[in-house]
Amino acid sequence: MPTKRTASKISPRTVVLVTLAVGLGLPGALFAAILLLSPLTKPAVIDALVGRVLGVDPATWPWTGLAEGVAVGILAFILVNFGAIVSGMTVWWEMRVSSRMQSRVGYNRAGAAGFFQWIADAVKLLFKEDLIPADADQILFRSAPYFVMAGFALAFVVLPFGESLIAADLNVGVFYLIAVTALVVVGILLAGWSSNSKWALFGGMRSAAQVISYEIPAGVAVMVPILMSGTLSMQGIVRAQGAWPWQWNVFTNPASTVAFAIFFISQLAEGNRTPFDLPEAESELVAGYLSEYSGFRFALYFLVEFGNLWVMAAVATTLFLGGWQVPFVGPEAYAAARGAELIPGAAWWGLEALSMVVMVLKTLVVLNLIVWVRWTLPRIRIDQMMNLCWKYLVPWAFASFLFTLLWQLAVAGTPALATVSGIALTAATALLLVLFLRQTRANLVAMGDRVDLTNW
Amino acid sequence: MEKLILRRVDQNNEEMILNFGPQHPSTHGVINFIVQTDGEVITRAVPDVGYLHRSLEKIGESTGWHGYMPYTDRIDYVAAMFPNEGYATAVERLTGIEVPRRAQYLRAISGELCRIASHLISVGTMAMDIGAFTPMLHGVRERETINDLIEALCGARLTYNYHRIGGVAFDLPEGWRDRTLAFLDHFDRFLVEFDRLITFNEIYIRRLANVAVIPGPMAVDYGLVGPNLRGSGVDWDVRRDLPYGAYSDFEFSIPVGQGMFGTVGDSFDRYFCRVREMGESSKIVRQALEKLPDGEIMAPKVQRNLKVEAGEALSRVESARGEMAFYVVADGTNKAYRIRARTGSFTAMGIIEPLSRGLMVADLVALIASLDVVAPEIDR
Repeated sequence: MPTKRTASKISPRTVVLVTLAVGLGLPGALFAAILLLSPLTKPAVIDALVGRVLGVDPATWPWTGLAEGVAVGILAFILVNFGAIVSGMTVWWEMRVSSRMQSRVGYNRAGAAGFFQWIADAVKLLFKEDLIPADADQILFRSAPYFVMAGFALAFVVLPFGESLIAADLNVGVFYLIAVTALVVVGILLAGWSSNSKWALFGGMRSAAQVISYEIPAGVAVMVPILMSGTLSMQGIVRAQGAWPWQWNVFTNPASTVAFAIFFISQLAEGNRTPFDLPEAESELVAGYLSEYSGFRFALYFLVEFGNLWVMAAVATTLFLGGWQVPFVGPEAYAAARGAELIPGAAWWGLEALSMVVMVLKTLVVLNLIVWVRWTLPRIRIDQMMNLCWKYLVPWAFASFLFTLLWQLAVAGTPALATVSGIALTAATALLLVLFLRQTRANLVAMGDRVDLTNW
Repeated sequence: MEKLILRRVDQNNEEMILNFGPQHPSTHGVINFIVQTDGEVITRAVPDVGYLHRSLEKIGESTGWHGYMPYTDRIDYVAAMFPNEGYATAVERLTGIEVPRRAQYLRAISGELCRIASHLISVGTMAMDIGAFTPMLHGVRERETINDLIEALCGARLTYNYHRIGGVAFDLPEGWRDRTLAFLDHFDRFLVEFDRLITFNEIYIRRLANVAVIPGPMAVDYGLVGPNLRGSGVDWDVRRDLPYGAYSDFEFSIPVGQGMFGTVGDSFDRYFCRVREMGESSKIVRQALEKLPDGEIMAPKVQRNLKVEAGEALSRVESARGEMAFYVVADGTNKAYRIRARTGSFTAMGIIEPLSRGLMVADLVALIASLDVVAPEIDR
């Protein structure tokens, strides 16, 4: 068979080792780069470095701006690459999870467990003809993917990775995030319109209706953690939460739990994920707004779609799930380890790495939840999608917003309230989790199945 | 040449004419729908059939009586046992050949397994059309076991060619009975799991309940058959009401649409009829395996070059897609004068146009899926 893997030449052991090396090394290197660069590329640090290393006054040195720009450029480059690579790995993870859910083998050709499949797919798409339909609006058709890509990449500016690990801790962080992610819908709408295909137009219009509608409940739901923290800054919101589950925004206020649910659903809708994948509903609209795209432009859309999972999960983690807060490590510990040095010592870097690990783990859990949802639920219809948004999510979002106003007043009077709510809701969630596991086990027993992990 | 069918839709207003097919993921084969839509709402959907026409009825006039059997597989390749059985039964009625009891049981067993396989595809693709991919693959996984069983029985996994005029081609292989019973034990549990996975999913129910309601009289008027008819509350099943083969020996119930979550005759009823029919088929196979009599599997002395006296015969069998009728006319030679197959999918296409007004595009997909049309069966 010509397609047979070259397993005869490369031993399986080597394949596994290479896969592990790349699978752990690539994200590891990226995380390390983010860990190192994001505190060091701040203008203040660059200025100080310029002053110290070159012995010139950064205020008068003509190239200060350039040096700061280059530093930020390097960080931006790393972040965009992180987005792209995390997107590819999400594809792999999603395909592996879905194939397990569906009794399939799934990716297993390129590399151990098919880990390199996303690279192979991207390379294949790069080599494919970049076809533009004759009647398409050339300029809009070509530019649409960049809007989508821009909306995706710009979100990374305010995504926190750790205590000091953020490209720019804007004081309007959440507002900025909502604004730039809305760019994605511009790209999708352009794609749908410029393709000059009825299916694509359908998909584009559905997407516009959906994303714009769901920004309202998402926006109002986001107001809840903002109110609770008193800041729009992403880092500020995380700092206002504690490390333990009963100190997270999602639990310290009953309305916030509702807001989290609304936010999660709205994020699924904005990311065009099942059960809200109407814009590209394969069984209805062939491929929706993607119908006429091929080659690398198509790849860009997919990069954004899967990369958005990380953004969605990271934002949900930041706003509601305690972000990067590490148990037993308070702000004073960071401050103590930071010291007054320009380049902080190893203890501080260790703490930063620890906070990064916490953040990444939480994000991955949420991301996995989104993947599960996708492969479990059917798609809802467009009128049901609108009904859900305007009749249920928007009123509930406003209700939880109002409740939070009162709740904050009450908490200001008796701070114990937040703790009580936190502990009660954490216990309730833990109970739900136990029930979920028990039900899963009962279902497995009823089918006579067993948990089988051998095919990983 | 301008398509004649386009004349049937009004092209002079603001509404959009959408070519839904022939190559579309949810048309289940090569069917075209000319869809007139006002935004998401369909004002009219006109089915345009004939893309898969292979002159199967005409071929029957030149192949000889035995030679036509493999062609009948292609009439409905998702459930190929039933055209086999329908054609064989028709010719047996015409010639007066008595089928041995064991062969009749084997026909029932293979047919019911095939019905399960076909319904698994149907409910699976329905879930896929609604947007859930996982149930489809779970269904295909179970169907794979049935394919293995039928392969062990007759050597083919899709186009079985198992029936013969006067009996069936092969007897049960060794150990087949135990394998089948083991599979059925597993399958009954699978049905429960399947219901939990998709049937009673809230989104799924809301997508199907009250969508494309076909009232009972309308279903009869349009000649719907099988689960489509029973989904509308009409209690009619050829296996029970006009028993053929071994079916009079078995106890089984006929699931009828009850409007569980909406109106009687909505898409969910048609879907749920199929799900419950799989359970009934499983019961029939169990009973048949238990009662399976010994004996021959072929009628003695069926001529190899069969010459049939002039005459005509009609057979009606309950296919997975409903009542399938074979009408054969003989003129005394060794070839048929005319063979006509009446299939459920073809009549089901007729009801799509009157039902489509006011549906959403997504509902049209659900409607097509719930009618379980299979393109080769429409066009033959």
